Amino acid sequence: LCCVVDQESLLVSTMKVLVGVKRVVDYAVKIRIKGDKSAVETANVKMSMNPFCEIAVEEAIRLKEKKSAKEVIAVSIGPKQSVETIRTALAMGADRGIHVTTDMRTDQEVQPLAIAKVFAKLIEEEKPDLVILGKQSIDDDSNQTGQMLAGLMDWPQATFANELTFGDDGTISVKREIDGGLQTVSASLPAVVTADLRLNQPRYATLPNIMKAKKKKVDSKALADMGVDVEPRFTVTEVSDPPTRQAGSVV
Amino acid sequence: MRGSQVIGYALKPYAQYVRSHLRQYTKETNRSNKTMWAHSSAPMAQKPRLVQLSSERFPQLTRGDFARVTDGDLQVFERLVPSRVLTEPDDIVGHNVDWSGTCRGDGKVLLRPKTTEEVSAILKYCNGRRLAVVPQGGNTGLVGGSVPVFDEVIISMSLMDKIISLDDISGVLVCQAGCVVDRINGALEPHGLMTPHILGSKGSCQIGGNISTNAGGLRMLRYGNLHGNVLGAEAVLPNGDVLDCLSTLRKDNTGYDLKQLLIGSEGTLGVVTAASILCPRIPAAISVALLGCDSFAQVLRTYDAAKRMLQEVLSAVEFMDRASMEVLQENLQLTCPLGAHGYYLLLETSGSNAAHDEDKLNSLLRYVMEEGIVGDGTVATEPSKVQSLWALRENLAVALRADGCVYKYDVTVPLSRFYDLVADTRERVGSNTTRVVGYGHLGESDIHMNVTCPQHDDDVFGALEPWVYDWVARCNG
Repeated sequence: LCCVVDQESLLVSTMKVLVGVKRVVDYAVKIRIKGDKSAVETANVKMSMNPFCEIAVEEAIRLKEKKSAKEVIAVSIGPKQSVETIRTALAMGADRGIHVTTDMRTDQEVQPLAIAKVFAKLIEEEKPDLVILGKQSIDDDSNQTGQMLAGLMDWPQATFANELTFGDDGTISVKREIDGGLQTVSASLPAVVTADLRLNQPRYATLPNIMKAKKKKVDSKALADMGVDVEPRFTVTEVSDPPTRQAGSVV
Repeated sequence: MRGSQVIGYALKPYAQYVRSHLRQYTKETNRSNKTMWAHSSAPMAQKPRLVQLSSERFPQLTRGDFARVTDGDLQVFERLVPSRVLTEPDDIVGHNVDWSGTCRGDGKVLLRPKTTEEVSAILKYCNGRRLAVVPQGGNTGLVGGSVPVFDEVIISMSLMDKIISLDDISGVLVCQAGCVVDRINGALEPHGLMTPHILGSKGSCQIGGNISTNAGGLRMLRYGNLHGNVLGAEAVLPNGDVLDCLSTLRKDNTGYDLKQLLIGSEGTLGVVTAASILCPRIPAAISVALLGCDSFAQVLRTYDAAKRMLQEVLSAVEFMDRASMEVLQENLQLTCPLGAHGYYLLLETSGSNAAHDEDKLNSLLRYVMEEGIVGDGTVATEPSKVQSLWALRENLAVALRADGCVYKYDVTVPLSRFYDLVADTRERVGSNTTRVVGYGHLGESDIHMNVTCPQHDDDVFGALEPWVYDWVARCNG
């Protein structure tokens, strides 16, 4: 963390925040399984940004507005349409984007460990002070990427964040949602934070910002060229609908 | 005043409605002023507040010379609709009060037929015994038309919820009158079809009720009203005769088009038991834009630009004012995505090609931003965001209900004067009320003005009526 005190004694941050945004099936869409039961049908299905990623982006933008962060970079790993998800993040206020392109299925084949490794690689290049991810994605519900990334980087992790505050001493204090209630942890930076539902309410991208976003930079690199081992560690053997509910009976 | 409270309703048209309702056996076709179903979302968990009985609130209404339900009648009902006769007050109280909680009847019996034959048998019997009945669908109406005024027998259509047939190619759906609109859409969705109309009360309202009230809804701008989309209807007349006009043909010029009389007859000519509806295809691409303007003139210019630049893909134009956003925030904690503006427009486009529609919408947005007629706006193309933007408009009635007592006026006025009624009303009674809100279908020049107070206020009511009606009449609305 690098803080510079300027002439007016205002703490001006040069902190860089990296945010992950995943393109998933829109949560309002009725999911259908492919005929061969190999996966969820995604052809011609409306996609949007993972809701927890939206919350992560919102938190990063708020940090920028509070002047705790200087730059917010949105990262997405996925097919060419994932750039639209990055554009949404840019329209919300992110400064630039990084699109790692792949045609592997992002709901099954590109797995959390691989994503964590890609992020680790990007962190080497970008050197952010804070990485905010959604706690999980709504297509695979893994809830692993943030934790694995912290492990790979040997960074502190504050998962299921309900509230994020910055201390003056370059530490963060995070309230976490746990089974028993709320737990507050403090961590030094750099760190990984994963966003939970109640962290904030994401803003809608408004027109002037949508227009501005079209001009922001998005760098593109192919997953295969990153020199990261993205071999799936498990295979999905079958995807099927949950059994239909039977009528209850009065005991 | 005899100490009885008068509710905030359009009393004159309501009384006319009630009279026509009670006169159904004399087959008078005298209908009340048309009032459309207003919009509210969420399942109508009917909380039966102990509201004053309509018979006490309107002492000038007299109960017609009808018989009263006896034990003998109950036995016959039990024979006609076995184990579907409800008489326990706890079971019936929800059916005696309307959704807005302002009208309460004193019906003692609730019948739940499953077939047209049962409805026919019930009406034949009641006709013979001179027992008054009230047909009831989802009980989501806001004008007191779905509940008894006195002790009418309530005929609930809820169990008549079968979908009889669906023709994928022609898009014609035949179903019983008790089908809930949301469930109809659920059944149509796998076939890529949808109902031609949609309203905020879709989770509870039934197609029979929609037809009987000629409900307009949020997509009327694009798909037209039920007079055009209902291809056929089956109804039971007051004497028990079954009127079968259940055609499924788009073009059918045989004989008199009797179903058109049923549509909008509000249960005064017969009980609709089944209908065939022409269902359009679900659009491949739906986008919604919420725009904020700072003057009503800007709203009209935006609407004009939208019609010009979106043309055939424009499917809905809804209007909300600042007060609407405030009530959504205060009562339902629904935040407005845009900053504070005086007026908001919700535009929806529906088309077969997402890219084309997005192009048209982007051109429109660029234009209105450059011209400065829109202060701010947001666009949604993902279903989840489209739903949350629509939720702002659909939840207004629910949000307003939480204020306490709502005086609702659903009127059509010339477009240039669309908001003037609200502004004038605010000036007239604003200081004595919680709020004065205006929202509605800008596309049809139909504004829903709502005035809320914590409880009924004689002074406010007196200041509103007949002043509002005079105002509307003066501009030929």
